[in-house]
Amino acid sequence: MSNSTSNSTPAERNPTNLRAEVDGLIAQGAFDLAARRLAELWRRDPESSTASFVTSRLDQLRDKLRDKLALTKFKLAILRSFTVEPIVPLLRSEAFAYGIDLEVHVGDFNTYVQDMVDGQSSLYRFAPNAVVLAVRTDQAAPELWRDFADLAPEVAQQAAERVVRGYEQWIGAFRKHSQAALIVHSLERPSSPSLGVLDSQSEAGQSGLLRQINRELRRIAEGFHGVYTLDYDALVARHGCELWHDETKWLTARLPIAAGYLLQMAREWMRFIVPLSGRTAKVLVVDLDNTLWGGIIGEDGMNGIRVSSEYPGAAFQALQRALLDLSRKGILLAVCSKNNLDDAMEALEKHPGMLVHAKHFAALRINWTDKSQNLREIAQELNVGIDALAFLDDNPFEREQVRAALPEITVIDLPKNPLEYAAAVRNCAAFERLTLSAEDQQRTEMYAAQKQRAGAEQSFQSKEDFFRFLEQEAELEPVSDQTLARVAQLTQKTNQFNLTTRRYTETQIAEMAKRPEWHIFSIKVRDRFGDHGLVGVAITHDVGEQCEVDTFLLSCRVIGRTVETALLAHLAESAAQRGRKRLEGWFLPTKKNAPARDFYEQHGFEWQVSNCEGSLWTLDLDSSTLRCPDWIKLNVAETIASKPGGKN
Amino acid sequence: MTASTFEQVRNVASDIFGIPAGKITAESSSETIENWDSMQHLNLVLAIEEKFGVQLEPEDIEQMKNIGAVATLVEKLQSTAR
Repeated sequence: MSNSTSNSTPAERNPTNLRAEVDGLIAQGAFDLAARRLAELWRRDPESSTASFVTSRLDQLRDKLRDKLALTKFKLAILRSFTVEPIVPLLRSEAFAYGIDLEVHVGDFNTYVQDMVDGQSSLYRFAPNAVVLAVRTDQAAPELWRDFADLAPEVAQQAAERVVRGYEQWIGAFRKHSQAALIVHSLERPSSPSLGVLDSQSEAGQSGLLRQINRELRRIAEGFHGVYTLDYDALVARHGCELWHDETKWLTARLPIAAGYLLQMAREWMRFIVPLSGRTAKVLVVDLDNTLWGGIIGEDGMNGIRVSSEYPGAAFQALQRALLDLSRKGILLAVCSKNNLDDAMEALEKHPGMLVHAKHFAALRINWTDKSQNLREIAQELNVGIDALAFLDDNPFEREQVRAALPEITVIDLPKNPLEYAAAVRNCAAFERLTLSAEDQQRTEMYAAQKQRAGAEQSFQSKEDFFRFLEQEAELEPVSDQTLARVAQLTQKTNQFNLTTRRYTETQIAEMAKRPEWHIFSIKVRDRFGDHGLVGVAITHDVGEQCEVDTFLLSCRVIGRTVETALLAHLAESAAQRGRKRLEGWFLPTKKNAPARDFYEQHGFEWQVSNCEGSLWTLDLDSSTLRCPDWIKLNVAETIASKPGGKN
Repeated sequence: MTASTFEQVRNVASDIFGIPAGKITAESSSETIENWDSMQHLNLVLAIEEKFGVQLEPEDIEQMKNIGAVATLVEKLQSTAR
């Protein structure tokens, strides 16, 4: 994008003139740049008044952005026992900074039970993607909150059990009426229990019973797909109970949270909304000097850089621990640093204080090239979109340069003090995950095997020889309780080899699997270099003589090795076995799924019809010659131990 | 009240009520500003508390009849806080 409409430099921009610049850009019709400046304003000045400005300008801009896909639409309903209205603009501004256009519905005070139980309520008419159940202890368990010292122990225990049963019923009713995600606030404990220090002497005290309720709430949530716990009690504790609360606002406006902490409430909700809306980062690209370690390796040398268990090196070890935690959640790490390769590699491999090493990084770009160019190459090498990258660099100049060149990247603003680095990474909602699959935990190893594969591919004359050498084995099976989370995750995250890009939640997949005319297959692939894990999903449904392919997707790391042909051949074969005459499928083009464009045509499908959304292709099953390639060993499990349905 | 406090309060009010700062005077009140309703009043209170690091009590909030009064109140609270 050209910068000709605005030649302000970052140093010239401050919150006041950024507001004027945004309005000027909107007046000129430079909407995309206006949106970028608006996001910058929010990053620089995330306060209540700014939030009012940001949301009002966002409402003006929304339908005018050239790149419609730049913002993901998401609908959130908040059911509550307290005033949340002032938090909504803060939340919508935060969401906007993450590329999410958030529409919010707020339920009436304390009508959450009716709203959840009544299938006709305004909650369900709103058709939310996610619902927050923000109920405070004083409302959810009034007798435990107010009159605790009055209660006999067994009465208190019964009260606690009653609270839990209530939640269980409402959540069950909610799941009958809606497939939306549900985020349940845990109950906070009082800052001053009724009986003072005596309360902490027993598990049956006021705090103990509320802890028991919270444990039960977590257990209930675990029993449902797409129900999550937000640990409100821990959130309040993290910021300090006395600071978090504002008794005056509570008594006068039913707002229990102090002005300075409303943003923290919004940010905690974002940690759920970002992963639910799929705007997560898959790769964190880190700088080295003064980011991964203190000092400059090229000047200070191995003995001069700071990274150890003592101050000041401890700050950098803390950051490295945060990076390792991300890696365990399946987020890939990569390096992008302006350095001499040998200097940097020596520190990465041999410095005794380093906790992360070269093996933890899926890609390395250590050179003197422009960082945005290196980031483009890293995305390409790892086969992810630019928007899947997050960038961590201590240098504000580099961050601005990357932001300007690649606006879709998540750039983390590191604080000046290295002791705050780890928290900046840990608090970034782009790294939150609500479920974790086996694939997530092994991702770094998988990418290492991928490098070996790419090396081997070079040494073969023909593709076919390479495929035979790979010794690929595929396991095809109907979706099960064990694979449900991963199957849903793949529909959420797969952008490139995805013919229809239909996104499904775990709950939706589980619902589909219950219907006899629907078939949901997952495919696991391994080869001589290692296990790819569960990498593909196909969903079909039978209608009359047709079997329609609703979803067909493969993770990009196995595309082009004919696994896609094996999966499609199986769909054709199983449809024919059920007596269908034709296999049909839509190709719905998006910004990113060009790799799947010619898939049906290449496999002998005939073009039927096109409309504004895409094109429909069909394969006559009687005359089809579609077969699984003979170099792939395909194992098909027809029935499986546990269909999804163990959870509700 | 000093010019700079008034200026900052006016900018906050401009964001909250969605009107240009230039159109806001010390006399601007819920009578002259259309969307100054009870919810926006709460938003104004919260934004002022956050921006200036002060705590407004119900008696203070009642005094916030116009923008000039808000600025005066902020200065009073800031000076007693020290």
